[in-house]
Amino acid sequence: MSDASIPTSIARDNDASFGDYFALLKPRVMSLVVFTAFVGLVAAPVAVHPVVGFCAVLFIAIGGGASGALNMWWDADIDRIMKRTQSRPIPAGKVEEPEAMNLGIALSALSVIMLGLATNLYAGAFLAFTIFFYVVIYTMWLKRATPQNIVIGGASGAFPPAIGWVAATGSLTLEPILMFALIFMWTPPHFWALALFMRNDYDDAKVPMLTVTHGRRTTRVHILVYTLLLAILAVGTGFTAVGGLIYLSVAVVLNILFVIGAIKIWRRDEDASERDNFKAERSFFRLSLLYLFLHFGAIMAEALLKPYGLGGW
Amino acid sequence: MSLSKEHDLHRRRKSLNIGLGLSLAGFVVLVLVLTMVKVTSNGFEFPENLSPPTEQE
Repeated sequence: MSDASIPTSIARDNDASFGDYFALLKPRVMSLVVFTAFVGLVAAPVAVHPVVGFCAVLFIAIGGGASGALNMWWDADIDRIMKRTQSRPIPAGKVEEPEAMNLGIALSALSVIMLGLATNLYAGAFLAFTIFFYVVIYTMWLKRATPQNIVIGGASGAFPPAIGWVAATGSLTLEPILMFALIFMWTPPHFWALALFMRNDYDDAKVPMLTVTHGRRTTRVHILVYTLLLAILAVGTGFTAVGGLIYLSVAVVLNILFVIGAIKIWRRDEDASERDNFKAERSFFRLSLLYLFLHFGAIMAEALLKPYGLGGW
Repeated sequence: MSLSKEHDLHRRRKSLNIGLGLSLAGFVVLVLVLTMVKVTSNGFEFPENLSPPTEQE
């Protein structure tokens, strides 16, 4: 191929690879979506054909990825400022903003239509609402408007297990709502802990995180309050149809650890945190990832063991 | 921009083309398998009004 065969104007030095477009879908967030949607599907009291189940989880994941691409398109300006997001494909100059928007819209439409066809219309509509909520309500509106952005916007990340349940059953009952509530209540302390030790990022980008608008002392109090409410909810879920001895044991141990972590954060001041480079906040954040994984893992274990007379109450 | 035969640009575009091709092929296979599962499932029924309505209807 001669040098003249690719014009300089289109031969960008940072031309995107397939991996760069895949990175637009926020694979790490997508893995959480896949896992929780799968748990919602498995926990539902209806047998689903494996191919239909696979399609349901895949299209829920693609829908989640599509909203991630639309989020990166809209937030490209602040992603360029925050250190944590500077390596994303748009700030890195590998993908153009309109490309991310087009990919997000196309995958949103594909995932909603295909989920509706593969399972039922309610599931498709639910996924469409989730994408709308994450992109329009959270990304475009709340994120830059209110310090409660994480609280309300966190709902979009909490929908996947409920979508999985609806994909299997075609209806919404108490159990998927409890799974939704578990992620919904977990999101604020998880992100506020992150905001405590990544503080300059949100300050620089002028994102009204609670740490910026109400101060770090208030954020520490909020983390403790939300963690206590979450603990009540998480342990209480153990006594419902999705719970059982395994879930309850896991929930009790994890929530004791989580509350202890929140109390440590609450008791600390900025000087103490600065001295050990936010050790307690970082370890609380790491624990929060394990917390969610193990709670949903326990719900899945209960559901999978139920046919053998071991799971559930 | 000077482009040698083995320029990194070609590698990136090749990965994009292969990735996209495999994704589309996978999607086609998935739709085929899903259709087979739907059509062969017990609850499947053809729509009753597949034939055009007659005058009496």
